[in-house]
Amino acid sequence: MVEEEGFQRYLAHAILWIGIAIVAFPVYLAIVASTQDNAVIANGQMSLLPGGHFFETYYQTLFVGTSGSTREPVLNMMLNSLIMALLIAVGKIAISIISAYAIVYFRFPFRMAIFWIIFITLMLPVEVRIYPTYKIVADLHLLDSYAGLSLPLIASATATLLFRQFFMTVPDELLEASRIDGAGPFRFFWDTLLPLSRTNMAALFVILFILGWNQYLWPLLITTRDDMQTIQVGIRKMITTTDALTEWPVVMATALLAMLPPVFVVVVMQKLFVRGLVETEK
Amino acid sequence: MQKQAIFQSKLLPYALVAPQLAIVLIFFYWPAAQAVIQSFLLQDAFGLSTTFVWFENYLELFKDPAYFAAIVRTFAFSFAIAVSSLSFALLLAVMADKPLRGSTLYRTLLIWPYAVAPPVVGVLWVFMLHPSLGVLSRYLRAMGVDWNPLLDGDQAAALIILAAAWKQISYNFLFFLAGLQSIPKSVIEAAAIDGARPMRRFWTVIFPLLSPTIFFLLVINIVYAFFDTFGIIDTMTRGGPGKATETLVYKVYTDGLLGGNLGSSAAQSVILMVIVVVLTGIQFRFVERKVTY
Repeated sequence: MVEEEGFQRYLAHAILWIGIAIVAFPVYLAIVASTQDNAVIANGQMSLLPGGHFFETYYQTLFVGTSGSTREPVLNMMLNSLIMALLIAVGKIAISIISAYAIVYFRFPFRMAIFWIIFITLMLPVEVRIYPTYKIVADLHLLDSYAGLSLPLIASATATLLFRQFFMTVPDELLEASRIDGAGPFRFFWDTLLPLSRTNMAALFVILFILGWNQYLWPLLITTRDDMQTIQVGIRKMITTTDALTEWPVVMATALLAMLPPVFVVVVMQKLFVRGLVETEK
Repeated sequence: MQKQAIFQSKLLPYALVAPQLAIVLIFFYWPAAQAVIQSFLLQDAFGLSTTFVWFENYLELFKDPAYFAAIVRTFAFSFAIAVSSLSFALLLAVMADKPLRGSTLYRTLLIWPYAVAPPVVGVLWVFMLHPSLGVLSRYLRAMGVDWNPLLDGDQAAALIILAAAWKQISYNFLFFLAGLQSIPKSVIEAAAIDGARPMRRFWTVIFPLLSPTIFFLLVINIVYAFFDTFGIIDTMTRGGPGKATETLVYKVYTDGLLGGNLGSSAAQSVILMVIVVVLTGIQFRFVERKVTY
């Protein structure tokens, strides 16, 4: 082991704490702002210590919404975001795991062609095909619906690739053994493969939930009704171009509520998160 | 690579791939094809007739100084975001890689910004550096800086770059830390025995061994800067002032939103697709399997 001298070690601690401070400062500021009076903030007189409006602001944010343009309670927006994120995460895992199963455990005509058709979608992020996709979703009458919010984001080559890679490492003996026990493709999938994939699915779920919750451009385009807004879209509409009307404490409270679920997931399920992140990028 | 033990069935595999295939074809290939076709067409002002115009939409774009400026701007943003975020994250990762007390706590406290959505990042930073009420703006003004990103394009650009780099620190940090931990300790010890001081050990041993990770992250960061900064830009500056913070993706969005030129908007989408294909190609060609975790 290379020994670190005392000074080097203190320097490392100091640099890390400075880094943490830089990373955390904008969020600290949001916490402080969400507990202060809007008039004080708008004057540029905001204090760097928490104020006394905590309950007031969060009650208004969650159950009432801003007094101005978008009168939508943030709790409702969070519910929309939650439904969308869960649909995307569960949907992606479900359709990817069965298609990877078909590609690995069966031989059929066009198998590789189908694999490539799925693989190439890696290169088509929603940002480059927004308007044509919008038109299709509109033609299918899926605007302002949960299906419209989630379906175009559900097909994912990364998840299919990940499951394919994992299935390839599952020993052949397992399949032979369960076949001797008389198991067909469904039994083998359900009793053997799914339990083995549990960690992979969990890691993938963590990443997909965060990505789904944080979607912005797509929900912005296809939701027009206020009650279908996700929290990420809602927060943008709260910042009015005429600054005087922006209710900053409510905006900051919404920002904190918007980051709460995904940050919670990252911190609490850190192991799964890191695993999912590293594996989906490989 | 193929499995030896497989199931025999004629229809089942098709049923299993059908859901994914259906979604991919309806929501990926169909719109992509639409964009390509649309990019070769020219629609009249009332949308009554369309004519096939070959590459005219593309030529128009490349002749348009505003589009050219957006390309240059997007690459400049990407470069600035990648370099600033990568260097800061590398510094933190090198520190966190040392055998320190509390290193798991440090890691936890540094990785959570990954989970913050781009529009929220935008809101946090715009609040912090707002010209009239931002807390940091007070200090900037006290230092004699005429800070007003709502009017000054360069300042607005700096704001976007800072906010975007801030969000990406945690991602880069995680991958750098993984890269550093996979470097065999014996190599570093050997260098130490040869009398190399920490700084020298870093530049001559650790940095070269880390280069696959750096390259991988560079590509990822450029893709991030191209596509994921949309939410940050939309909440902070909406592309302005003027067009000072309008990236290629943002331009596709606003041009399409105004509903004007469908052909041009489609051509822009196709150009973006080409850029993604090239970047992904680079990533697979040079990076795959070279980065070990």
